[in-house]
Amino acid sequence: MKIASFFTGRFPGRLAGLFATAMALVSQSALADWQLNLPKGVTDISHQVWDMHMLSFYIMCFVALVVFGAMAISIVKHRKSKGVTPATFHESTAVEVVWTIIPFIILIVLALPAARTLIAQEDDSNSELTIKITGYQWKWHYEYPDSGVSFFSTLADESRDARVMGSGIDVTTVENYLLDVDKPLVIPVDTKVRFLLTANDVIHSWWMPAFAIKKDAIPGFINTMWTKVNETGTYRGQCTELCGRDHGFMPVVVEVVEKGEFSQWLTAQAEAKDDKQLAAVE
Amino acid sequence: MNAAATDTHHDDHGHGPAPGLMRWVTTTNHKDIGTLYLWFSLLMFFIGGLMALVIRTELFQPGLQVVDPHFFNQMTTMHALIMIFGVVMPAFVGLANWMIPIMIGAPDMALPRMNNWSFWILPFGFGMMLSTLFMEGGGPAAGWTLYPPLSLQTGAGFPYLIFSIHILGISSIMGAINIVATIMNLRAPGMTFMKMPLFVWTWFITAYLLIAVMPVLAGAVTMLLTDKFFGTAFFTAAGGGDPVMFQHIFWFFGHPEVYILILPSFGIVSEIIPTFSRKRLFGYSSMVYATASIAFLSFIVWAHHMFTVGMPLTGELFFMFATMLIAVPTGVKVFNWVATMWRGAMTFETPMLFALGFVVMFTIGGFSGVMLALAPVDFQYHDTYFVVAHFHYVLVPGAIFGIIAAVYYWLPKWTGNMYDEKLGKIHFWVSTFFVNLLFFPMHFVGLAGMPRRIPDYAVQFADFNAVATIGAFGFGFSQLLFVWLLVKCVRGGEKATDQVWEGAEGLEWTLSSPPPYHSFTDQPIVK
Repeated sequence: MKIASFFTGRFPGRLAGLFATAMALVSQSALADWQLNLPKGVTDISHQVWDMHMLSFYIMCFVALVVFGAMAISIVKHRKSKGVTPATFHESTAVEVVWTIIPFIILIVLALPAARTLIAQEDDSNSELTIKITGYQWKWHYEYPDSGVSFFSTLADESRDARVMGSGIDVTTVENYLLDVDKPLVIPVDTKVRFLLTANDVIHSWWMPAFAIKKDAIPGFINTMWTKVNETGTYRGQCTELCGRDHGFMPVVVEVVEKGEFSQWLTAQAEAKDDKQLAAVE
Repeated sequence: MNAAATDTHHDDHGHGPAPGLMRWVTTTNHKDIGTLYLWFSLLMFFIGGLMALVIRTELFQPGLQVVDPHFFNQMTTMHALIMIFGVVMPAFVGLANWMIPIMIGAPDMALPRMNNWSFWILPFGFGMMLSTLFMEGGGPAAGWTLYPPLSLQTGAGFPYLIFSIHILGISSIMGAINIVATIMNLRAPGMTFMKMPLFVWTWFITAYLLIAVMPVLAGAVTMLLTDKFFGTAFFTAAGGGDPVMFQHIFWFFGHPEVYILILPSFGIVSEIIPTFSRKRLFGYSSMVYATASIAFLSFIVWAHHMFTVGMPLTGELFFMFATMLIAVPTGVKVFNWVATMWRGAMTFETPMLFALGFVVMFTIGGFSGVMLALAPVDFQYHDTYFVVAHFHYVLVPGAIFGIIAAVYYWLPKWTGNMYDEKLGKIHFWVSTFFVNLLFFPMHFVGLAGMPRRIPDYAVQFADFNAVATIGAFGFGFSQLLFVWLLVKCVRGGEKATDQVWEGAEGLEWTLSSPPPYHSFTDQPIVK
């Protein structure tokens, strides 16, 4: 956050920003902004996904060590300037077989847990709550079909005002800039929630990194995905399919609350909606 | 592969190039056409690069400072279209034109007049494509992947975009046909398939891929056109169609396309490393089979670009396994290059630096590729900067470094002059430093949650984005050094020998530097 604030302003500010970046590259205090890795998340699935990610990463590191290590040794030792005579070997079926089979085995080691996790991710049976999500250009619409509650979820006012070019507002002062909405989706903790996903106009995509779920919202079609969140809190994601001008400005915010709190909230929403409809009729 | 050539220089019977500018318009000479493609590609590199700098300038800080979001989307779309169809593919075709005939001992390409048209429709096609930026509604802004329904919201430029894509496709198809016909029919006596240089092999296989999939792209974009103007509903649910069908058709083209974008660079690196290791390529036949395997597998993995569309589980599993499989032949190629270096006697002139840089950095791109293949985790990576990092690693320090390596490698042969070696090395090191500064942080912001194709982002992504922008400007400006070096070399320099490089083997090194306008008018005999 600190570093970014150096960047506002015009060219002199940018020059200062450049310098500050160079400084920040050595400073340790703002390390939180330099996030390197995938978040572990707050669901069983997100933990499995993270484990899979780390496993593949470590295996790739191992391969890098072997391949780049061999290259490094070769570059140092097998130089003409060292006066070596080049060897003449240029083929070996045995070697080719070995370095075909070993990678194949490594892939099996990755494929098995990956398949297991994927099968779990696509199993939305026995869900306890269904929520319908519709992507619009450029906002989300949420509906709880069983309760008749529905609302749009749009980029929060503060972000909406700050994002305008020449707004004069320093975006680093806006909390959760571009990741905040006026009305978040609310779901209960420890509950298997199934989402029915579609779109009104073009393809969008609904992503919640903390739950490790992402699926495209396709006009005229319904996709499903599910999640079961283990910890209460507020979680933020974004639209992840280019959907036009304001693709970057339609965030996803989910509040995960205790079950009791959720039913209270849902009832209140339904009642408010009834009141509004009544008022409209009168 | 051994090639003892017996070329007698029969070039002084007055069949030199036509004088003046018309030479370049009417030429059917593979060397001239190769030169045209290469200079065109270089020009497009700077145009596409300028668009990248517009993108990176906007992304330097959070907040919108420079461009309207709709224009930003036009920039990302055009940047990709230009780089893919205007830089990498024409550069590869340029190298093919220059080198394939002389590597196989042929006097020219099999279809020289079609060759001229293959090139000359390109400036026309790209002029049309770029002109859409100035039309009402702007240029295409739905990403180079043109997914409907969004792409159907393109403004007045839409039919011109589709027409230009057809033109570029026709150019590629004609070029590919020419390459297949040349390699099949014009190899010198004694040059069997398994004696061809690997650059010829990789281009042979690439040409088949092009012929197979460019028509598929043509079909896909034509369906977009008819959906917009002629009442069809291929991609609209209301009319009984399906937007996802476009994605299937597009990526059936798109995945082999990305192998089209890398196979010739594999061939280039397979020429350069043996030369500067003074040692034969390790595992020649394995390299051929691996390339063919990659090409075959490339047809059955397309939906790994679509893991989030809501495919049935069986489909997701199949495409995940098939995609992972491609890592095997690709890995085999990398191991063979390292085995070529091993116990050689290496020197590190500029072509070798770029070739070795390719091996390292392409492999890094391959690592993120294996990670992306894992569908359960791809749900977290898809449409984030992690994907952007992956494909830029395989395309920039991958394909492009391969092209640059080839230019340094063959420039003395083409011009008869040695390029400035010191400048070349500086170009390599500066490019490598900045290209990593530019693309490596993208892995991090992608994992941290930054989506693709957005002009503005949450503040926690600011720091790595700033670093990437600095890398972009550094990388972009260091290519000016390359242009300066090229111009300097064409103008003059230390005279190059026929052999040029101590460890070089192949028919091209038996010709003079520069080679005669018409070479191998008498076929050499290959032993």
